[in-house]
Order: sequence, then C-alpha cells, then structure tokens
Amino acid sequence: MKKLFTYASLILLASSIAACNKDIKEYNEDFPALQPAKVDATAGNWKPLVITSTEEFNLPAPEATSSAAYQKELDDLKALSSNLTSDQREIINYWKVGSVLRWNEIMRELVAKHNLPPYQNPDGTYPIPSAANPFSYPQFPFSNPPYAARAYAYVSAAQYDALVAAWHFKYKYNRQAPYKTASGITVSVPKSDLPSYPSEDAVVAGASFEIMKLLFPADIDYIKQKAEEEKQYRMLAGVNVASDVIAGDSLGRWVARKVVARAKTDGMGAAVGNATVWKKLEDDCIAKGETPWYSLEIPKRPPMLPVFGNVKPMMFAAADVASIRPPAPPATNSEIMKKEVAEVLDFTKNASRERMRIVNYWADGVGTYTPPGHWNAIATTEFVKNQYSEVRWARNYALLNASLMDAAIVCWNTKYYYFNARPCQLDGRIKTLTGVPNFPAYISGHSTFSGAAATILAFLVPSKAKDFEDMANEASMSRMYGGIHYRSDCSEGLITGQKVGNYAVERAKIDGAN
Amino acid sequence: MKPLFKPIAIAMACLGLSAPTAHAQNEADALMMGKHNLCIAAGYSYSSWDRYWEGSLKRDNANIGTFSASSIMAMLNYGIRDDLNIMVSLPYVSTKTSAGTLSGLNGLQDLSFYVKYRPVRKTFGSSQKLSVFAVAGYSAPSHNYNVDLMPVSIGMGSNVTTGRLIVDYQLSKFFATASGSYLYRSNVEIDRTAYYTTRQINSNQVQMPNAGVYQFRTGYRTPYIIAEAYVDHMRTYGGFDIRRNDMPFVSNTMNSTNVGFEGKYYLPQLRALGLHAAAWRTLEGRNVGQATGFMAGVLYTLNVAKSK
Repeated sequence: MKKLFTYASLILLASSIAACNKDIKEYNEDFPALQPAKVDATAGNWKPLVITSTEEFNLPAPEATSSAAYQKELDDLKALSSNLTSDQREIINYWKVGSVLRWNEIMRELVAKHNLPPYQNPDGTYPIPSAANPFSYPQFPFSNPPYAARAYAYVSAAQYDALVAAWHFKYKYNRQAPYKTASGITVSVPKSDLPSYPSEDAVVAGASFEIMKLLFPADIDYIKQKAEEEKQYRMLAGVNVASDVIAGDSLGRWVARKVVARAKTDGMGAAVGNATVWKKLEDDCIAKGETPWYSLEIPKRPPMLPVFGNVKPMMFAAADVASIRPPAPPATNSEIMKKEVAEVLDFTKNASRERMRIVNYWADGVGTYTPPGHWNAIATTEFVKNQYSEVRWARNYALLNASLMDAAIVCWNTKYYYFNARPCQLDGRIKTLTGVPNFPAYISGHSTFSGAAATILAFLVPSKAKDFEDMANEASMSRMYGGIHYRSDCSEGLITGQKVGNYAVERAKIDGAN
Repeated sequence: MKPLFKPIAIAMACLGLSAPTAHAQNEADALMMGKHNLCIAAGYSYSSWDRYWEGSLKRDNANIGTFSASSIMAMLNYGIRDDLNIMVSLPYVSTKTSAGTLSGLNGLQDLSFYVKYRPVRKTFGSSQKLSVFAVAGYSAPSHNYNVDLMPVSIGMGSNVTTGRLIVDYQLSKFFATASGSYLYRSNVEIDRTAYYTTRQINSNQVQMPNAGVYQFRTGYRTPYIIAEAYVDHMRTYGGFDIRRNDMPFVSNTMNSTNVGFEGKYYLPQLRALGLHAAAWRTLEGRNVGQATGFMAGVLYTLNVAKSK
C-alpha cells in the first residue's frame, strides 16, 4: 500500500514537472521573414487614398553612390551591420517579418489597451475622454469599434499613400541597395532588387508615428520607441544607409500629415454629440410611433458616438450614406418583431457550448481590438502566406480598413437613424451571453463589419472567399446567440456591409495594383 | 478509545471573481477515515458578493448588483488504511447576477482526486498528539465549460495539481491545525485567438499563475463534535490586475483572506450520520469578490469491509 502511494505521488510529481513550462507560443511568432515575390515596380503609379499626387512632396535626390558622403555611409553600415548584439538581432528578427504587418499588430494592441468604457462620475454622469488631456482618467481615446475602425483606416491610408510616394521616388532616383554596390556589408534579411532610397521601412515608421500620435496620444513614447527601433533595424540589417532612412522618415511624415489634416476635419470631433442631440434621437423615434432605444447600463450611459454616422467616408461621399442605409427594421409591435424577440429568447435560454464558443470567439468587446481588429487579424494570417511587397501589404490593409471605417459610418448612421431597442429592452427575460453594446440594435455592427471585410477580402484573396463568407455569417449569428441582436439586425447588417465592401472592390479594380 | 469512524467535511472556498472554486475541505483538514470506511458526503453551498476588488480598488458594480454562486457537491472519501485516504469530489455550480443583463451559467465543474497520507502521529503524555499529513491532489474540468465570461463562468478551466502539508496538534479536546499548499495550475484555452493582459497576446492559450493556500484552524474536537474557527489566505503567484472598469479574466491575480467557522455533529443515535455546516467571509482581496458564504451538508459513513 505504501508503494502504491509512492507511485501515485511520483506520477503526479512527474506529470506536473513535465507541464511546468507555461510559456505561451503566439501564432505570429512563426511568421516568416518578408521576401516579396514581386517588387511591384510600378506601385509609384498606384492610386493613393488621401494625397492627390506623389509629386507634391519634393523629396530631394540622393547623393550619388560614387560620392564621398555615400561611401562614408557605406563604411558606417559595414561597421554597424557586423558584430550585432543579441538585442539588435532580436530587433531585426521582429521587424524583418514586415513593417506594415508589425504596425498593424501594434495598432491592434493599442486599440485593445484603450477599449475600456469610462467609469461613471459620482453623480451618475460619465466623463468623456479628452484628446487635449490624454493621460488623465479617462485616458484618451476610448477606442470603441467606430473609433477603432477609423483609426485602423487612417493608419493604413497613411502607410499606403506614403509607400506609393516612396515607390515613386525609389524608381525616380533608382539608387540600388548598398549591398548591390559594395562588399563587406553583413546582410541579415532577404535581399531585394528594390531601389533603396527612400527606405520603405523608414517611410512606414515615419507615417505611422505621425498619424498614431494623433490617434493614441497617451502612447506617444511607445509609438516613438517602435518607430526609432524600426529605423535602426534597417541599418543593423545592412539594407539601408542613413540617408535612405532619413529621407524615408521625412517622406512618411509629410504624407501622414495630409491624413492627419483629413482626420481633423472628418466630423469625428462632433461624433459624441451632446444632451440635446441625444434627446432629439429619442424624441424623433417616439414621433415615428416606435419604442426608442435606451441604455441598458446602470447608470444609463449616453449612446456611443451617435453622430459618427456623419463622419466623412473613405470610399464614397457622405451624401451616399443615406442611399446605402437599409430600410427600416420591423416595427416594435409587429408580428415579425415579436417572432424575432422570441427567437433571441430561445437562443439565450438554450445556449449550447458550441454557440457560446461562437459568441466568445466573435465577442470582440471591452478590452479587445474590436471587430475591425479581428478582421485585420484574420486578414493578416492570410496575407502573410502571400509574400506581398510592403506597398501591396499596405494597399490591401488600406482597402480592408477603408471598408471597415465606411461600414462603421453606415452602420452608425443606420443605428441612430432608426434608434431601435435591444432585445433585452423589449423582453426582460432575455439575459445575454456577452456584453450589451451601448447603442441601438439595428443594424448589427459585427454583421456590417464582417459583410464588408469578407467582401473585400474575397477580392484580395479569392481562394479564401468561401471561408471569409462563412466567418462573416458566423460572426453575424454570434450576436443572436449572445442575445444582443435580432435576426433582421444581422441579415440587414451583412447585406449593408457587402454593399460597403463592394465600393472597395470597385476601387481595387482600378487602383493600378492588379 | 478509537472511534468507529472519523468525520470528514466539505466546504466551499472562494478563489476568484468567478464561481467559488469548489474546494474539498477535507483535503485540508487533519482528519482521516478509518481503514475500509467509506464516507459519502453531499452539501449545498451559497456565496455572494456585491463589492469586489478591481486590482486594489474596492468597488461595486451596478451592472452586476449582487453576484451569487450556489453549488451542490458530491464527495467520496475512502480509508485504504488508517493513515491513507483517497477522495473524489464533483460539484455542480450555478451563478447569477441580480442586476444588469448578463446571463448566469451553470454546470458540473471540476472533478477532483486526492490522496491523503499521515506519515507521523505521535502522542505525548496522556493528552497531547502531533500529526503530520501530506496530500497530493489533481483536479480537472469535468467538461469544456465556458471560462471566458467572468464573473459568471462556473470555474477556471485549469487542471490543478496540488501538494499540501498539514501539521495538527491536539491537546485534550482542543486542537490547532496549520497547512500550506501549492497549486500548480495548467494553462487554459479560451475561445478567442487574442486577448489583452498587460499587453496583447496573440494566442488562445492563457498562462495561468500558480497559487498557494495557507490555512490555520483551531477549535474543539471530539469524535462526535467538531467546532472550529479558521483563517485562510489564498494567493496567486503572478497574474495581472483588472484594469479600471474592465472585465475580470481567468488569469488575473487573485488574492483573498477569509475567516470562517465550521461545525460537524454526529448523531448519538445514528453515529454513521453527520451534519456539517460552515460560514465564511472574505476580509481582504485583490481581483476577487468580497464574499459571504455558508454551506450545509450531510455525511454518511459505512464500513465497507464489514458489509462484505
């Protein structure tokens, strides 16, 4: 008997020691070094999103490769690229996967970090984060889905436009990579035929820094550190001399400032609304004979960004939004609505584990990178298989994120146009399996985002079209399983999202990248 | 006089903001079933809180109101020898919030298995006794329940390997028991592919901090009545704080200090049947609810050898 106990103890001990390494392997750790299949030499002629022309930036010509100044840069590069420390190798291994990809990951992290609704004031009102005072509570921003969609779009647009400009100047000046003209440089990343002036990584670092400090001002130190690290990386890896990097950084910032100017005048400043606006939404809904939405939070929280629907879209004019907006949802007292409420109640009363898995997988709620971030993550795992050039990476994210921002605009416009109630407002028996978002139900944000994302991604990666569509349908249904949306919210959301996504598809056909 | 049987106990202790992690009290006490005795125990417990610690900040949450968890526990404890016991337990847990829209959850929680061994029992003089116990345990979720809806999730979803050392000193009818245990908690898989702790993590695997539970109990003990008070401290080694107004998460730091009273009474007319009750309160914590709880249960002992 004593033996039995000894054996049992030994087995337990052994099994626990065997399992002692708890380090998590993240799926992006396996991403390969970027080695573009094509250099996309004509990308300087691709159609940019925000800037009007690449020539509006007067990037000076580089020194000739024969010049003394350039030779000095080469000598510096030889010294820098050899004898790397382990920290420097780590920096190289991080960034070599791709500049645009890594900044997309950084964006998802910052969105998740700031996606927290502010806690109420003692009097039951809620503080509103202020860009003028981003460090004090509540920190600016509260990166909820519309805020996040717009942020991803502007970062992607800035990177894309900056890289189109960079490609223009690369081929205009056609300065070869340092390892093409000199020996003795230790090159730690895949070589390329792409002209090296200006550095594409520095362009992305400069553009990202300039736009992201507007969007996430409280994280300026972190953003700056990443940008500096990336610029350093290109020289450590032996692929850019200092003047490539300096020119790239300047160009990236110039371009991004154009995007910053757009962001400052796109209507976001008015999106929060005020007590008069909030009251009017309710009154207008009552005047139509419908039951208005009210906040299900305690104390009642003002609706999330009710005027976001008037923000200037990326792919179509603000005036087009009304024509994309779907028709009215079923009336509160209609038979259809009663059936839809009953269906939601049934889903919540009979929640299977598989449905809960779907709810959790797509929840993308508080403290996450939001549904637009989730679709960026999905896109990334597909894009990374295709070894795009940096400019094509940027173009594909820009199309995706412009669609997601436009989806947010049309969706929010629809939500506040109809201002209809959530299921658990109409039937108190409905208890939800995820947080109830603090805005009207019709149409489902997840469905609109997913419809738009799946549509543009199907164009960009046609072999995965069916998978994207299945994912969009599952994301849409997750909101019914979770008890927070009716069927018409979801089906109309998908259709509307597809319409929005098609604008991006039409543009993608003529942007010069095909 | 050697009693016919020795009582076992069950109680619920709270670890975390989720449902109280079912905690088989008898793996932590200084009692053993006699050889070939089988104890069948069933109990009901209820605990609730309306305030919790978000990191170190104590707060309420109008969208939760009062959180409550109730649990029905079944347990078997068998004496292989007088100094070697094995135990198995499985609770059914239901959670609920009194305000807001969030659904409660319910289901069978973790199946636990313990081996308890008493290597030392020394008697000094006529009325002093010192015993040492070593306990090894393993618990695992009985099924793949939803761990990503804290605080209403019914458990943590982790496989827990426990090692515990107990020292018990008895002077006549009074006793004091001190114990310490280390809980190795396996990583947990969630339904999402990314989550934020103190940074973004691109994985569905969650690194779980290990935990420790330290307990001191003292009171009055005879073969028929046990009345005791206890204080325990549970803590994770690692984890992270809930951010301001964020949702709790399975790998949060979770610390708590609890006090409680517990009693067992065996019917003089039917010594195989025992009654068991306990009540407790969380005094201090971090990322846990300030819980108040009670339990009540019955214990039935039969001698398996005799019945053959």
